[in-house]
Amino acid sequence: MSTAALSATTSAIKEKRGIGMGIFFLAAALAIFVLFALNSTADMTTSFGLNPGAKTNAPKLESWVFSTQNALYLLAIVVAFIGGWQLARGFKRVNLALLVVAMVFIFAFLTWAARDTSMNLLGMFSASLLRAAPIAFGALSGILCERAGVINIAIEGMMLSGAMVSVVVASIFRNYDAINPATGAPLFPAWLAGIGQTLDNYNMSNALPWYLILGLIGGMLTGGILAAFHAWLSITYKVDQIVSGTVINIFSVGITSFLSQRFLQPIQDLNSGGTFKRLPIPGLSSIPIIGPLLFENSFIIYLLFILVIAVFVMLFYTRWGLRTIAVGEHPEAADTLGINVFKMRYVNVILGGMIAGIGGSYFTIGSVGRFDEVLTAGKGFIGLAAMIFGKWNPLGAFGASLIFGFADALQQKLQIFQENVPIPSEFMLMAPYLVTMIVLAGAIGQAIPPAADGQPYDKD
Amino acid sequence: METSAEATPSSPKGKQPKALTLLTTILDTVLVPILAVFSALVIGGLLIVVTDAAVYAAFRAGGVGAGLTTAWQAVALAYGALFSGSLGDANAISESLVASTPYIFAGLAVALGFRGGLFNIGGEGQLLVAAGVSVIIGYSFQLPAIIHLPLALLGGMLGGALYGAIPGYLKAKTGAHEVINTIMMNYIAFRFFSWAFTGPLRRPGGDVPVTQEINPSAYLPKIFEGYRFHWGFFVALLVAFGVWWLLFKTTLGFEIRTVGANPNAARYGGIRITRTTVMTMAISGGLAGLAGANEVLGLNHFLADGFSSGYGFDAIALALLGKSHPLGVVLAALLFGTLRNGATRMQSIASIPIDIISVVQALVIVFIAAPAIVRWIYRVKAKSDLESTTFTRGWGA
Repeated sequence: MSTAALSATTSAIKEKRGIGMGIFFLAAALAIFVLFALNSTADMTTSFGLNPGAKTNAPKLESWVFSTQNALYLLAIVVAFIGGWQLARGFKRVNLALLVVAMVFIFAFLTWAARDTSMNLLGMFSASLLRAAPIAFGALSGILCERAGVINIAIEGMMLSGAMVSVVVASIFRNYDAINPATGAPLFPAWLAGIGQTLDNYNMSNALPWYLILGLIGGMLTGGILAAFHAWLSITYKVDQIVSGTVINIFSVGITSFLSQRFLQPIQDLNSGGTFKRLPIPGLSSIPIIGPLLFENSFIIYLLFILVIAVFVMLFYTRWGLRTIAVGEHPEAADTLGINVFKMRYVNVILGGMIAGIGGSYFTIGSVGRFDEVLTAGKGFIGLAAMIFGKWNPLGAFGASLIFGFADALQQKLQIFQENVPIPSEFMLMAPYLVTMIVLAGAIGQAIPPAADGQPYDKD
Repeated sequence: METSAEATPSSPKGKQPKALTLLTTILDTVLVPILAVFSALVIGGLLIVVTDAAVYAAFRAGGVGAGLTTAWQAVALAYGALFSGSLGDANAISESLVASTPYIFAGLAVALGFRGGLFNIGGEGQLLVAAGVSVIIGYSFQLPAIIHLPLALLGGMLGGALYGAIPGYLKAKTGAHEVINTIMMNYIAFRFFSWAFTGPLRRPGGDVPVTQEINPSAYLPKIFEGYRFHWGFFVALLVAFGVWWLLFKTTLGFEIRTVGANPNAARYGGIRITRTTVMTMAISGGLAGLAGANEVLGLNHFLADGFSSGYGFDAIALALLGKSHPLGVVLAALLFGTLRNGATRMQSIASIPIDIISVVQALVIVFIAAPAIVRWIYRVKAKSDLESTTFTRGWGA
């Protein structure tokens, strides 16, 4: 096919897609009008709370109250205008328009859901971030591995094991003087209790005790060790990367459930590690809205922010990152240029595993402080989905995680608004999976993985 | 995969007599799986020992001798219970076969996918959908058993097949990797049914989220009075034979294996990749669906939340252990069903958590997938070069 014909075909496809999008936008406008606006009356008001639930350094804000129906009419007109513009002139960046329409639609939905009542909008955003955190850790882990050309579906297992180890480590150093309920003797050997005692004298702060830091390191190392195993199987032995990942997932479910039943359930002192408390950042946390949302979180959330930016910068602006990408796209070429493909892959997979391990810690010492069997509940897999949705880019993946976290928080919230919104929460929970499938199918831009993703590298 | 070994005539072995060649081939094929299972059980035993407080106490009190004796006793108690619980009496054997049946179906599902170069990790979702369809057919109709039972089985299979065909179609048309899509569809099925059990499928008048009981005419009948062993097991064997026939005796099977072995060659050879990919995933989904239909028609007779206990994931181990051959899968399923069933008694007698079986399974997969490790441990030389283990290609390919 000649280049001219090819570009003609491509533009024809683009045009077709553009018209489809325009019709889709108009349908969204119609949905806002019919489903939401006509289902509310003129005297209804919506009230959005702008303060998070807990006490905060930021000044208290008045709730945002407005007329439900008028707002919905306005939103429907805005979306209809975007749709009309798309049909008549066409946006250069259709995906951006899609994002705007999606956000307006969700805002319209919330406006309608909170008709004649009040919804704590900021509280929900805050909850979204907390629910997005483990997904984002998983996505970052996946990005590091896959950018180097190794598929990692073992994130779920690494998180699960990391979750357990971090709570056990934190518990040991927190409850170092515990008594074994079965024998009445001290639970931990004297030398361990001695270390615990010594460290206790150097307590850091209420929000950042050293035993939690040790737990976090424990979870991180566990993820790293499992990842090293994944690397060993899939890079050195060239075992299929999905088989190798599945092994780690099955193994992690088995070993954590086994150990949990054998030790954590009979001995509660092994399974109470405490949690990272909120650590407001002085100054920044006093900013209205942004402060309570971003700067009044726990240490592990700040760690996530740092990691997202660090992975982004390292991947795209350092020699190490560019080598990683080269290894993931074209290992033969990278090898010819003197890059050690095996070493790059090992390092990346192990780093990715360590991030997954931190994500695991979030489930225990980052939120509830105890381990329960299979508590990750598929978040690692959603992390993988967020990675694809974010097109293997740390910032994009973080955004995707926030969307998935928002869907989760929203369904939680809507259970309180059952009377206003007769949608079963299970359907809201399905949304992230469906969106992932749609994205993967290329309906919203193309999701193209690194070229050598999943292929073992054979030096010969 | 060693698809190529089946597709092409086996490499000439020289002047060896034919019977001897066959014997060494069989030995070569089963040696690694047997050593893998053995090694995994040994490591499982070690795990039991190192997590047993009594063993440490014995070491401290009575020295090495007493410690080793206690360790041996702990393992013997556990594996003794495992053995008696799985093969010790008629009921134990019946239960082992009952536990093996869904494994056969699910293992065949993954194995067939492997043959076609596809990784169906969505068995969980497919068997749940299938069980749902079977249950609905089971309680909605009043029919003679001769029609009702096949209808319920086929309905379930079709449900699983359609649910499996979707990721197959997406893979063929858009290149979206089936692993991600099947995982996503597992969760969609879970969410859907946990809603359906509280909504449209909820048993009328009941206050627990379970479906109605199916009519007895849709039951997979028991074979012996007093035992739960039912005809589903023989259906499974029949299906395993059918899969063998499909893979090695039909055009479609040849196409599936060719696409799995080398999609580019298949395309140049005139095989329609899209159609074959969709068919492979549909058949695979249908097989997984039969696992769900079998459980619901043979044992539970209704459907509730938490229906599947990981068959879809265990099936990956089965397909690998059985080297993606229907006969191998049946044998692997019998082994795992027996282990899983025996583990129940091990849990009650020796109080070893049943999850140790998952650890053993994971180790089995490691040793099978990386045969070099087993060969290294036992100093066994590789006889053939058939052990390439690439099943799937990257996300986009």
